[in-house]
Amino acid sequence: MSTFDQTSLWIVIIGMALGSFALRFAFIGFIGGRQMPDWLMRHLRYTAVAILPALVTPLVAWPSPTGGETSLPHLAVAALTFAVGYLTRNVLWALLSGAFGFLLLFLLG
Amino acid sequence: MAITTTKSLFLRGLIDSLPFLLVASPFGLLFGVLAAEAGLNVLEALAFSLAVFAGAAQFTALQLLQENTPLLIVLTSALAVNLRMGMYSASLTPYLGGAPMWQRACAAYMTVDQSYALSIVKFEDEPEMTTSQRMAYFFGTTSVIAPSWMIATVIGAWVGAQIPASWGLDFVLPLAFLAMIGPMLRTPAHMVACFVAIVASLPATLMPHNLGLIVAGLAGMMAGAQTELWLEQAAERSKAKQETAP
Repeated sequence: MSTFDQTSLWIVIIGMALGSFALRFAFIGFIGGRQMPDWLMRHLRYTAVAILPALVTPLVAWPSPTGGETSLPHLAVAALTFAVGYLTRNVLWALLSGAFGFLLLFLLG
Repeated sequence: MAITTTKSLFLRGLIDSLPFLLVASPFGLLFGVLAAEAGLNVLEALAFSLAVFAGAAQFTALQLLQENTPLLIVLTSALAVNLRMGMYSASLTPYLGGAPMWQRACAAYMTVDQSYALSIVKFEDEPEMTTSQRMAYFFGTTSVIAPSWMIATVIGAWVGAQIPASWGLDFVLPLAFLAMIGPMLRTPAHMVACFVAIVASLPATLMPHNLGLIVAGLAGMMAGAQTELWLEQAAERSKAKQETAP
């Protein structure tokens, strides 16, 4: 795991604090009831559901505990966590199965 | 009389939010632990949660920082994860937009998945509520969640500092995200967005500075938006056909 310096950390914390607040305040504070263009709202609906998988996939395909070597057990635990979340529609059950899977990896690995 | 109802609505929001504690607390703990593993001390982890107060974006930034990603890309990616807060804010505006500015500013900070999800349902179900009653309910929904997110972060950071790196906790982060993604896939368009982002993300890792994350994310967003459009048009066509049928 590589390290990063304090300055970077604080730039990110402050930048994210300002940026997140701006995103949350933009509409309720300034724009009020004005309508946003449909095409923009349509794309915004899919930000989290696209960015998060794009972030996760490489971390699962080349997991860091194995030094980036693709590993069937890690893939299986990831698939289990995702499947439980999708089927139960419940983050908590998914998180619990993820924790259980991680424990298995830890004990077997 | 009005004061009593406002107070009881605050309590109502508080009670309605309690089940979400079961979700927020483990994620807060986990953020603390992973922050400690990444080298943050308890104070830095708390400052992160306090200043940003958005789980998924915090996890994203933490991961990218550890990969020595340029700061501009860390911020862009983490804020992209948070774009949905803008949508929440937009959809709450018709209900809360009439409140005083300081209340709106506080409400903006408190806009998270849980407070939004509870409030929007309540406001739609009970259109007779006044703006101040709505604000009371909204603040009720975050009055326990927000402090417990902070406390969980601190406990996690403290615990995480004692955990040796050899446990391979790095892999918990993708698992936490996977747990969040599953329940988000509510429509075929969500699934297409997710699938396209997954497929695009693997070759995209060849791009420098983690830029591939933004490219794959955009590809997923466009795929989701386009699918939504197609499905709407298909639904309209079949409706039109039924209407013209004898």
